Amino acid sequence: MAVVEYTGVSSLRGPLLVVEGVKGASYDELVEIESSGKTRVGKVIMLEEGRAVVQVFEGTADLDLPGTKVRFLGKPLEMGLSPDMLGRVFDGLGRPRDGLGDMIAKEKRDINGSPINPVSRVYPRNFIQTGISAIDGMMTLIRGQKLPIFSGDGLPHNELAVQISRQATIKEGEFLVVFAAIGLRNTDAEYILNSFEETGAMKNIVAFLNLASDPVVERIATPRAALTTAEYFAFDLGYHVLVIMSDMTNYCEALREISNYRGEIPSRKGYPGYMYSDLATIYERAGIIKGREGSVTQLPILTMPNNDITHPIPDLTGYITEGQIVLSRDLHMRGIYPPINVLSSLSRLMKDGIGKGYTREDHPHLSGQLFASYSRVQDVRALASIIGEEELTDIDKAYLKFGEDFERRFLSQGRDENRNIEETLDLAWDILRDLPEEEITRVSKEEIEKYMKKR
Amino acid sequence: MSAKIIKINGPVVIADNAENLKMNEMVKVGKNKLVGEVIGLDRGKATIQVYEETSGLKIYEEVEGTGRLLSVILGPGMIGNIYDGIQRPLSELERVGGAFIPRGVEASPLPKDTKWKVKLLKEIGDEVREGEVYAEVQERGIVHKLMVPIGVSGKIAKKSDKEEFTIDDVLYVLEDGTKLGMYQIWPVRIPRPSKKKLPPKIPLITGQRVLDTFFPISKGGTAAIPGGFGTGKTILQHQLAKWADADIIVYIGCGERGNEMTEVLTEFPDLMDPKTGKPLMDRTILIANTSNMPVSAREASIYTGITIAEYFRDMGYSVAIMADSTSRWAEALRELSGRLEEIPAEEGYPAYLSSRIAAFYERAGRVQTLSGEEGSVTVIGAVSPPGGDFSEPVTTHTKRYVKCFWALDKSLAYARHYPAINWNTSYSGYVEDLKIWYSETVDKNWYEYRRRAMELLAEDGKLQEIIKIMGEDVLPDMQKLVVGIARIIKVGLLQQNAYSEVDSFCPLDKQFKMLKIVVDFYDRARKFVEMNAALSEVLKGSVVSKLMRMKEDYKTAKDLEELEKEIEKHFEELEKVYKE
Repeated sequence: MAVVEYTGVSSLRGPLLVVEGVKGASYDELVEIESSGKTRVGKVIMLEEGRAVVQVFEGTADLDLPGTKVRFLGKPLEMGLSPDMLGRVFDGLGRPRDGLGDMIAKEKRDINGSPINPVSRVYPRNFIQTGISAIDGMMTLIRGQKLPIFSGDGLPHNELAVQISRQATIKEGEFLVVFAAIGLRNTDAEYILNSFEETGAMKNIVAFLNLASDPVVERIATPRAALTTAEYFAFDLGYHVLVIMSDMTNYCEALREISNYRGEIPSRKGYPGYMYSDLATIYERAGIIKGREGSVTQLPILTMPNNDITHPIPDLTGYITEGQIVLSRDLHMRGIYPPINVLSSLSRLMKDGIGKGYTREDHPHLSGQLFASYSRVQDVRALASIIGEEELTDIDKAYLKFGEDFERRFLSQGRDENRNIEETLDLAWDILRDLPEEEITRVSKEEIEKYMKKR
Repeated sequence: MSAKIIKINGPVVIADNAENLKMNEMVKVGKNKLVGEVIGLDRGKATIQVYEETSGLKIYEEVEGTGRLLSVILGPGMIGNIYDGIQRPLSELERVGGAFIPRGVEASPLPKDTKWKVKLLKEIGDEVREGEVYAEVQERGIVHKLMVPIGVSGKIAKKSDKEEFTIDDVLYVLEDGTKLGMYQIWPVRIPRPSKKKLPPKIPLITGQRVLDTFFPISKGGTAAIPGGFGTGKTILQHQLAKWADADIIVYIGCGERGNEMTEVLTEFPDLMDPKTGKPLMDRTILIANTSNMPVSAREASIYTGITIAEYFRDMGYSVAIMADSTSRWAEALRELSGRLEEIPAEEGYPAYLSSRIAAFYERAGRVQTLSGEEGSVTVIGAVSPPGGDFSEPVTTHTKRYVKCFWALDKSLAYARHYPAINWNTSYSGYVEDLKIWYSETVDKNWYEYRRRAMELLAEDGKLQEIIKIMGEDVLPDMQKLVVGIARIIKVGLLQQNAYSEVDSFCPLDKQFKMLKIVVDFYDRARKFVEMNAALSEVLKGSVVSKLMRMKEDYKTAKDLEELEKEIEKHFEELEKVYKE
């Protein structure tokens, strides 16, 4: 199809541009905008007779009405894909930004992807060992899962993400990390990339960077470019791909900004009413497909505004993802790393990926016991703060000790400390010894005999 | 002249020259023939909601009417199937488009080639009326009855002499030329008629103690399960789909997770119905419109599901429908309303949210069907309130139209108390209606025992407030006993592990026996506490832990008689000590 060029730009507002006299454009189509020798890209977000509204990814700064030329390319926003992408760094739209030159694309794909047919999915049940006790023991990550980290400003979520991607081991197959920086501060992105480089992991990484200083609208495309790449490596080339996206809060901010420019009726806190559906088109791209080798596992990171888990961003995310890992400021202040608040954390796919044949037979009951006992610790602590520790009953005192051990010995671990699942579970039994046996009701008698009394 | 697109805004499309289109008519949009529905008509312009992704659609592409309202096709072949929101079989979409969902695919909801053995019930010359059964087909676990479509009646003029039929075959021809075939078509937004509504007198048994014993639902009843994320809505819905004693289960995954639908798909064929011993898939119909599938099809999926449910109700079956989650459906309404530039009411939801929720739940009920049989549709809807806040519009409006409210609680879920149904804030409006059934079928004292247990829980709730501030030690022994017994009720009765082989489903007689054991234990223990017996001896550790584990350690109500004897012995020994 011949590409037609238009000059009739009638309005510019924020990242949006309106062109008049358009014929034959299609919805969601890719657009090139040329002005004073520079080319930007955009996409059609609304069409009317003779009129198209275009969202410009690089922003509209410096554009003018008469001098701007708009070309409709007759295809959706696509990106080039190739096995050579390993070890490279791209911008938020999938163009190389590491100065190593262009890459020859083997494939071109629409970055929006298509929904996976539930019939074609394979139910995920293979455990990924992260080497972190809290996660492996109590919110096990499963291959093909989407498990976000709910964090706050200043909490060590990037460190945790790096540690997970470095230590993550699967039983078989090739492993690869796709990293998408969405509106991330330069220092954070540098930290993450450097950590990978230091450990020699960079050759197994594809990175997409949209930094805080980069155009806001490009953030809409960044996770999609990363996931298109992940799907290519997973479902075409057979890799097990872990996708880390940080920070999804910036993505949602960008979504709100554009919605505002479009004059849409806002829903909660000014975020658009379609934010749930929009986030779903990102998060639901995790999974395993029948008859294909690889898998896409997602570890999105988001900072909860004001540490508020009921804020629309963590809230809508939690409804789509298969659980969440919540970081706690309180634990962080007390010097506990990783500061994971296990009680509000959860892995929905854990139940089918642990136990006999997956991790160890005692794992399901044991993790239930840890949750129940540690949740009792919170009540006892609240009580102790009112009546004083001395006034507590002996059982309550035992719970206090258990709580202390749980946080200092089980939860805490070094940033390079890699515990295997056996070590994690044995450690859990070890700290349960703080409690009298009658309090241990979630595990079976046989398990107590076999694991708690063995040493 | 045919209708032409003049505006595209996401899933909403406006077409000009649309004089020939009707309100709610199903249309084919653009050259890819995307499925859509007319949702507004204004001076020759039609507003169309498109059920598929609109990328690539162009101005001036054609919109083609189909002449019928958005409908489902009802006939043999639905059971065990999995559909998208507009009744396209997902396995057929997979065959055509591979692992990713293709667009513009037309797929027959009922298999075209399957040969069905049909028992013809009518003869030439017989008069048939609407709703009357004229033939029967054995479909998986049930007898699928073919009914005369609504609005059709007359004398049979011709009868087919075949025994096996495919879906497009004709069975009978009436004198006026009307053909009776293997299927009928019904518009999803219109409730199917019945003769009259019947009172809710029979419970839907779920095998979940907290529901059957404490907050029961009747067949034909309505319930809402509200809960923030991670409180176990989906697991509870799955449990209900597995164990509820309905003949047919319609499970609607409305805007939920893909992996969860896959879980149902992989798990259900291997699970057996405790009542019939047949695979659960033999009574289940799945509708999956996951969160990343088009939002307008999500809006339709609820109606597709309930229409299918009503069809089976009309055959005289009890049908239970699980919608997970109605909040996603409400959000789809909100999203589409926004695109239509309607003036929003609360939190951006359209003003008609309340009436749409009402209309959906009102389609539940136990009825006498047109053919005189008894059937029911029970509706259980999950609600996902943002931030777990029950004061938001979808929860509050739903509360007005359902009679059971099974409130899921975050703090219970955090402590891994499952099902995390809060016994203080939940309620069932059916307890009085079902009283007679329970006393006749389970035990004449059921109502009284239930009341006593609820009373203990309520008293415990008050005492917990004190304990939070002062510790348990300050309570007098009698109140400590209440706290101890309440703990047994909470851990021993209310908690139920969905993944336990023994306890995933708990039969009614066992439920009652457990309840009786605990309440009777309390009554006897009281006497000793009154006699100033040491509480630690009355609530002896070994006995209490047996009570807490009785759900797992004793398989049946009969086995529990063992435990009763042991308790008897415990009190006899106590008696010996304190007599002296």
